[in-house]
Amino acid sequence: MISFGPTEEQELVRDTLREFANEEIRKPARECDEASEIPTAFLDKVWEMGLTTTQIPAEYGGGGEARSPIMNAIALEELAYGDVTLAAAALAPSLSAMTILDHGTDEQKKTYLPAYCGDKWVAGSLALVEPSPAFDALNLRTLAEPKGDNFTLTGTKTFVPFGDRADHFIVVARNAQDGFAGLEAFIVPRDAKGLRISENEKNMGLRGLATSRLELEKVEVSAANRLGGEKGIDGRRLINSSRVATGAALVGLSRAVLEYVVPYAKEREAFDQAIAQKQAIAFMCADMKIEVESMRWLVWKAASQLEQSLDATRSAHHAHIYTTDHAVTIADNGIQVLGGHGFIREHPVEMWYRNAQSLAVLEGTFAL
Amino acid sequence: MIDFELTKKDQEILDEIRRQALVAREHARYYDENEHEFPPDKLPEADDFPHAHGLFAGREEGKDTSVGIMSMLLAAGETWGDYSVRMRRGSGGLGNAALRAAGTPEQQAKWGDMTLAMAITEPGCGSDPSKVQMTAVLDGDEWVLNGEKIFVTTGCRAGGVIVWATIDKSAGRAGIKSFLVEKETPGFIVAHKEKKLGIRADDTAAYVFQDCRIPRENLLGLNEEIPKASSGGFRGVMKTFNMTRPGVAAIGLGISQAALDFTRDQLAEAGIEIEYGASLQGQSAVVDKFCRLEALQEASMLTVMRAAWLAGEGKINNDEASICKAKGGSAVREITQGCIDILGPMGVSREHLLEKWFRDVRITDIYEGTGQIQRMIIARSLFDYTRAELN
Repeated sequence: MISFGPTEEQELVRDTLREFANEEIRKPARECDEASEIPTAFLDKVWEMGLTTTQIPAEYGGGGEARSPIMNAIALEELAYGDVTLAAAALAPSLSAMTILDHGTDEQKKTYLPAYCGDKWVAGSLALVEPSPAFDALNLRTLAEPKGDNFTLTGTKTFVPFGDRADHFIVVARNAQDGFAGLEAFIVPRDAKGLRISENEKNMGLRGLATSRLELEKVEVSAANRLGGEKGIDGRRLINSSRVATGAALVGLSRAVLEYVVPYAKEREAFDQAIAQKQAIAFMCADMKIEVESMRWLVWKAASQLEQSLDATRSAHHAHIYTTDHAVTIADNGIQVLGGHGFIREHPVEMWYRNAQSLAVLEGTFAL
Repeated sequence: MIDFELTKKDQEILDEIRRQALVAREHARYYDENEHEFPPDKLPEADDFPHAHGLFAGREEGKDTSVGIMSMLLAAGETWGDYSVRMRRGSGGLGNAALRAAGTPEQQAKWGDMTLAMAITEPGCGSDPSKVQMTAVLDGDEWVLNGEKIFVTTGCRAGGVIVWATIDKSAGRAGIKSFLVEKETPGFIVAHKEKKLGIRADDTAAYVFQDCRIPRENLLGLNEEIPKASSGGFRGVMKTFNMTRPGVAAIGLGISQAALDFTRDQLAEAGIEIEYGASLQGQSAVVDKFCRLEALQEASMLTVMRAAWLAGEGKINNDEASICKAKGGSAVREITQGCIDILGPMGVSREHLLEKWFRDVRITDIYEGTGQIQRMIIARSLFDYTRAELN
C-alpha cells in the first residue's frame, strides 16, 4: 500500500536528530574540514544515540530492534543535514556492523558484532572503491582467487574510511563471475600479511573523514573470513544499500544548502531589493526545494524495498543517479546565490559543494 | 508506514485501466489527424469493459492504496493509452471542481451533474487572472456579461461554464467573481474549437459573451460584496487547484511513461537491454540516458503521489501541489524529448505515436498554471513573501 507516512518512532528520531544536527553537528563541521580531523569526543557523543547498536540483535549485545533501512535513511538525512562528513564518520561503524549483519554467517556475527555494541564509538570500514579511472562496482579490479580452502586478494582500494585505525576492513573483491554475482567480501584484519595501508589521503571533500589507500598484494584470507561463508554475499544488497545510503546523505546535504541560502537571499540586497525578490534567484531556490523533495521520495522508495527485502536494484539505481546529479547542482547553485561569498570559506556552501561532488563519485561511504 | 508497493488489488485495478487504455490508443492517431472530429463519449468497445469506479469495489480502506493516490495512478494509466481518446468520457470538468469548492449547497445540487468547463483565460490575460477584462454588470435581477474567453478546456462538450468576470475593474482582483453560464443562454457564443500542437482531439474552445444575461443567483457562492483586502475570495477559488494540479501532472506523466515504455521496447528489439546497477562507466550512453529519464519519471510521479497523500491525510498541500506540477511539467518534456533523441528518426515519424506524445505533453507545463507560476508559488512560500513582495 503506497504511503508516505512515517511511524511515530521515525518522526521522533527525525525530530531529535534534526535538533542535534543544528545544535551539535553544524558548528564543528568547518573546523573538522579545516583540520582534516574529527574529535573522538564528538564521535562518542553521536555514539550515545545508539544509531548503529540498536539494530544489532540482542544475542550479540545490541538493542535487538528490527533492521530498518527506512529508519536509517531518515536518520542519515538529518545527520547529513548537519554535516555529511561528520555523519559519515559517526556512522562508519555501521559500514562494518550492518554489512556483517546482512551478509555474515552466524559465526562471523558472533565474532565481530559485539565490538559494535560497546559504550564507545569504534571505527568500522568498507573498502569498495578503487583508484583506477572508470571505476565500476560491478567490474572490480581487486580480485579474489581461491587458494586451497582460502582466498588471496590482490588489488588497490582507495577512500577507505578510517584506514588509520580500523581493526579490520571489509574488502569487496571480484571472483571469476561478472556483475553482481561476481561480488565477494572478506573480513581482512589490519595486520594481514601483504596488506599495506597508506598515510591518510588528501581529499577535496569529506576532508574531516580519515581515509586511506589499501594495497593488497596476494593477501591470504581464510575461508572463515569470506563474508557469508560458502554462499558468499548478496552483492545486490550490498551495492544497493551503499547507493541508497549515499542518496539519503545527499538529500540531507541538499536540504542544508536550501535552508542556508533562503535567509541569505532574503537579507542580501541588490538594486534596492532583497535578491530573493528577483525571479532569477527565487526560481533557483524553488528548484532546489522541488529537487530536495524529489530526491527524498526516490530514496525512501528504494529504502523501503530494502526494508522489505525486495530487489531494490532498479530503485537504488534511480535514487543514486538522481541524487548525485541533483545534489551537485543544488550545491553549485547554492554558491551562485551567495555570489562571491559562496566562494569564501567563511560560509559552508563551498564545503558542501566539494562534499557533494565527492560523494557523487564515491560508493561504500555509507550503509543503510 | 512508509511503503511504495502496490497491493494485489491496486495492481488489478491498474492492469485493467491499462488494458482499457490500450484500446483507446488504437484510436489515438485517427483523432490526432482529424482534429475537427470529436472522439465519441464512449468507444463501442467500452460496453464489455468494467468501469473504473466498479473496480474500486472490494478495496480495503487502510489496507489498499488510498483513493487519492490511486486516482493519480488511474489518471496516468488512462493517458498512457491516449490523452484525448478515452474508453468513456467522464462527466466532470474543471468547473465542477470550482463548483464543489465555492458553490452554495443549492448551486451544487442544481448543477452538480452538469459537465462544467472553466473559463478564465482571455486573449489579453493568462497567467495573471487578476487582469480579467470580461465584465458582469447587475441589471435588475440579472447579470449582464460581456467579454471573450479562450483556451476553455472541454468548452465545446460542457453543458455549462464557470466564467471569471469583474464586477468592478477599479477593485482589481477583489472585483473578480465566478459566474455559472449554461449553454444555450442567448448571447453566449461558442466561437470555435482551437487548433493545437498536441492534445488535438481534446476540445478546447473560444467563447464570446455579448450582452449575455444570466440570473442573479448564478453568481458562484452568491457573495456580491467586494472584499477590501484582496485575498480571501480569490484564494478560495485558487484552492480548486490543490488536487487538480497533481492530477494534471499525473496526466502528463502517463504520456511520458508511454514514451519510456515504447522506447524500452524498441531498444529491446534492437538487442539493447536496460540493465540496472552498473556505474556510468559500465554501461552505454544510451542505457545511461534511458535510466536517467526513467529516474526522472519515477521522481516526478512520487511528488504527485506525495501531494495526493497529503490531501488524503487532510493536510495542507499547497506547496506540494505546485511542486509536483512544476516538476511534472518540465519532466514530461525532458522525457519525451529524450526518448526521441534515443530512437532517432523513428521518434519523429508519424508512423509511431512517440512524436504525438512529444506534442501532447507540451501543454502540461502551461495549463493550470505554468511552471513559472508554480515556481513563484513555491518561492513565495519558501521566503514567506506576499504576492506584492515577489512577483
